[in-house]
Amino acid sequence: MNRVTDVSALKEQYDLVVVGAGPAGLSAAATAAELGLSVLLADENPAPGGQIYRAVTTTPVQRREVLGEDYWRGQPIVQRFERSAADYAARTTVWTVGRTELMSGGEGFEVGVSADGQARLIDARHVILATGALERPMPIPGWTLPGVMTAGAAQIALKSAGIVPDGRVVLAGCGPLLYLLASQLQSAGANIVAVLDTTERGNALAAAGALPDFLLSPYLAKGLKLMLAARRKLRFVGGVTGLRAEGEGRVKQVVVERGSARETIACDMLLLHQGVIPNVNMTSAVGCEQVWDEQGHCWAPKLDAWFGASVPGISIAGDGAGIGGAESAALRGEVAALEAARRVGRIDEADRDRRAASVRATLARAMRGRRFLDVLYRPAKAFLAPKDAATVVCRCEEVTAGQLRETTRKLGVQGPNQMKTFLRCGMGPCQGRLCGPTVTEIIAEERGVAPAEVGYYRLRPPVKPVTLGELANLPKTEAAVKAVCR
Amino acid sequence: MTTTSTADVVVIGAGIHGCSTALHCAQRGMKVVLIEKDHAGRHASGVNAGGVRQLARHVAEIPLSNHSMDIWHRIADLVDDDCGFVSDGQVLVAETEQELAVFRERVEDLNLRGFHHEELIDAKELRRLLPAVAETCPGGVVSRRDGAAVPFRATQAFKRKAVALGVDLREGVRVTGLTRDGAQWRVETAEGDVLAPKVVNAAGAWAGRLAASVGEPVPLEVIAPMLMITGRVEPFIRPVVILRGRKLSFKQFANGTVLIGGGYLGRAFPDENRTELDWDKLSQNARTVWELFPVMRSATIIRAWAGIEARMADEVPVFGPSAKHEGLFHQFGFSAHGFQLGPGAGSVMAELVATGATNVPIDGLRIQRFQTAASA
Amino acid sequence: MFRPMRDPGAPAAAPLRFTFDGAPMTARAGDTVAAALLANGVSVNRHTPVSGAPRGAYCMMGVCFECLVVIDGVGNRQGCLVPLEEGMRIETQRGPRQAEALSQEIGA
Ligand SMILES: Cc1cc2nc3c(=O)[nH]c(=O)nc-3n(C[C@H](O)[C@H](O)[C@H](O)COP(=O)(O)OP(=O)(O)OC[C@H]3O[C@@H](n4cnc5c(N)ncnc54)[C@H](O)[C@@H]3O)c2cc1C
Ligand code: FES
Repeated sequence: MNRVTDVSALKEQYDLVVVGAGPAGLSAAATAAELGLSVLLADENPAPGGQIYRAVTTTPVQRREVLGEDYWRGQPIVQRFERSAADYAARTTVWTVGRTELMSGGEGFEVGVSADGQARLIDARHVILATGALERPMPIPGWTLPGVMTAGAAQIALKSAGIVPDGRVVLAGCGPLLYLLASQLQSAGANIVAVLDTTERGNALAAAGALPDFLLSPYLAKGLKLMLAARRKLRFVGGVTGLRAEGEGRVKQVVVERGSARETIACDMLLLHQGVIPNVNMTSAVGCEQVWDEQGHCWAPKLDAWFGASVPGISIAGDGAGIGGAESAALRGEVAALEAARRVGRIDEADRDRRAASVRATLARAMRGRRFLDVLYRPAKAFLAPKDAATVVCRCEEVTAGQLRETTRKLGVQGPNQMKTFLRCGMGPCQGRLCGPTVTEIIAEERGVAPAEVGYYRLRPPVKPVTLGELANLPKTEAAVKAVCR
Repeated sequence: MTTTSTADVVVIGAGIHGCSTALHCAQRGMKVVLIEKDHAGRHASGVNAGGVRQLARHVAEIPLSNHSMDIWHRIADLVDDDCGFVSDGQVLVAETEQELAVFRERVEDLNLRGFHHEELIDAKELRRLLPAVAETCPGGVVSRRDGAAVPFRATQAFKRKAVALGVDLREGVRVTGLTRDGAQWRVETAEGDVLAPKVVNAAGAWAGRLAASVGEPVPLEVIAPMLMITGRVEPFIRPVVILRGRKLSFKQFANGTVLIGGGYLGRAFPDENRTELDWDKLSQNARTVWELFPVMRSATIIRAWAGIEARMADEVPVFGPSAKHEGLFHQFGFSAHGFQLGPGAGSVMAELVATGATNVPIDGLRIQRFQTAASA
Repeated sequence: MFRPMRDPGAPAAAPLRFTFDGAPMTARAGDTVAAALLANGVSVNRHTPVSGAPRGAYCMMGVCFECLVVIDGVGNRQGCLVPLEEGMRIETQRGPRQAEALSQEIGA
């Protein structure tokens, strides 16, 4: 691996640019580089690992049992990448990926990168987007108060900085990650006063059909053990139907509803989580088609068997392709890289298929039981589309659920793109990442149709904001210089 | 078998022009079918810069533009929505004395023709209007009634009002053929044909093909003008600013965000409803702002996009009756400045369709100008 | 907000010094700006441009933009992605970029 810290030191063109240094991106980059492709792996974080293996090479947490054995599985993945010949640009934001005619001829992509206030455009013949998942927003009243964070945020703080929430901590929501985090935080010494479970009781029944598959899955042993351990030691409150964070200037307490029963729990921090969904911003800004994934209740890119998107030359690996977890992410990265190697002419089809066969078999095993979890932990309606009118949905532009509902009804708004022009939701710096799913859900509910029919924000580059200064000072590409000289 | 329906007029294309024409025709009591291959406002009308500008227009367009401006200033009376329209004026900034001299000539010429909306201003007035502009600029031209509106919202408002007045809007329906059927036009679609004595071609970037299909080819280029918008910046400027020497249009909204454009082009793929951005050109665009408004240097660019638009060889729209066919009217080729014209053009087109004539001078806009040029 | 976890095995490197709205603070080398602020008990790092409401880091992974701060005079920096450096001058971001910060930059 060759660490590149200055964008001007990047090559003009790579065979493959991989965005995101989680398990999918690391494996994809390593696989492709081992096959002789010129590869750039770019990630905005300071160290490789992505979300799950975040800071696995740099974490100050030394007691291995705190983060659990699964976490340390990231080490060999990073090491394999480090042994490869790929270029690695850390702290580097990819702000655009667009189709273009390559200077070297043929169709390809223009990739905008930025690091340390300096932006640059480079060419790529193939691009693998491994930008992963993000936590599904959980818009409850008061979720914008300081002291309320996502459970994943607390986990990142623990992994990368070795810090734990201070004072009385309440966790709320649903999904396997919530229980994992509860147990990690607990062994790190946090004072967890309650875990509020919003899983709908009816889900268990619905999920029963998928149970046989789940019983064979690798999730079972790990997942159940975790949950049971956490349950034994912590105060679990099940059947939660309503949540409200309260406090002046920061969270002081959380009001819990269970049907008609109501309880107030004092806390210093509230950590929310209701599952993860693919991060579709970059994939859709490049123009890749998205489809509604009924099982995961989220948008996901439309993909072929090699994780190729609807735009030829773009592949999507890892959780960005649909939630599958860390193990499958690394495997999907490998499969995507094999196809990239075939596309740029490094290996032929037979070679690709041969190499992919064993990976695919392991992948199938790793994906077992996913459906059970998806159905069991499908978030309850009340937490997908808040009923309380004053609840903020778009945190950037401070648009409330009430405004969204009223605008849908009064102006006959059909989807999120129309909504933007009336309320500016999704127009702030987060570019709709934290309100998009909720806005779709609310419009669907008001119109009485499925989210699939309502659609999602049409996203525009830059996928991450760049400053006007960075853009104004883009080094002129050869093509632009030629155009001026002509 | 799909059914054939009838109407008094079929309008093809539900951009701001098609919607406005449909609305005004319905107001006159006509039975209107409005056909759109995607959805209303999906293209240029929904994604443009929202500039409502009379400043620096070609003289041939000024009467139509004047008529439109009157409507903009009472837009809520027409469509029951203010369309986000604000009127803080638009300013054309002169970067050099030579430029200012050219502007002076232009304003004098307009005055002679009886148009008084453009006003020459000196450095002092320029600084009063635009305190943040670079010190070196010697003056400019202001058009005080100009302003800006929110494009998609405006187009939607026209659509909603048109539908409320009884217009039969068919979205997701593509016109595949336009043929004569006795005294009627047959407008062909996969969803059934429509028979009507009158047809308005307001198909935006796709209008050239439609015109060519009935024997009226025009020099129309499909372009993809690009825009970008920044995050919120402390408000520092009210009017829209445009330049002439270098390409720039610059507008800060009341919420602090700044829209940057000026006519740099990306690549258009009209058959795929797709555009590609050209970041080298956006970089030049940013560079101009960087030099002219130093306060903008660390603003963040939040989004950039391009829309698909029709540009005529002379950058003047095609507006008026067909030169060849009875009952066919053209309304396209707005060359990246047609948003402002939408309300007025729809009103004049409805008058043409209903009565065959209008008092608003549109002579310089007719399709004949290309046919004469071709035969000459 | 947060406190260091008790971990006897953790290497004890010299901490970095920085200021937040003028107050001197220290944090572990290798932390991001957002983590450093959390570890120092800072719960509010910005006020929104729309209503002026107080906000603190929310996702810690570059998604939500709630961690925006002014670093050494430059606004709109995502604290959860910027590694802390010795001597950094970090300030609360109030509403849109402040005019003062802007003019300082131009003067520089
Ligand atoms: C980026 C950009 C910035 C601009 N800025 C400004 C500005 O600041 N001020 C200003 O005044 N103007 C501006 N303009 C120009 C302005 O947007 C256009 O001139 C105006 O919107 C044109 O309206 P339209 O209705 O003709 O076209 P469109 O909005 O493109 O509408 C045409 C419609 O016809 C439909 N259609 C085409 N073929 C068929 C078919 N066969 N069957 C059915 N439907 C069909 C299309 O899908 C489309 O929806 C800008 C344009 C762009 C792209
Ligand atoms: S805390 Fe969410 S972007 Fe930094």
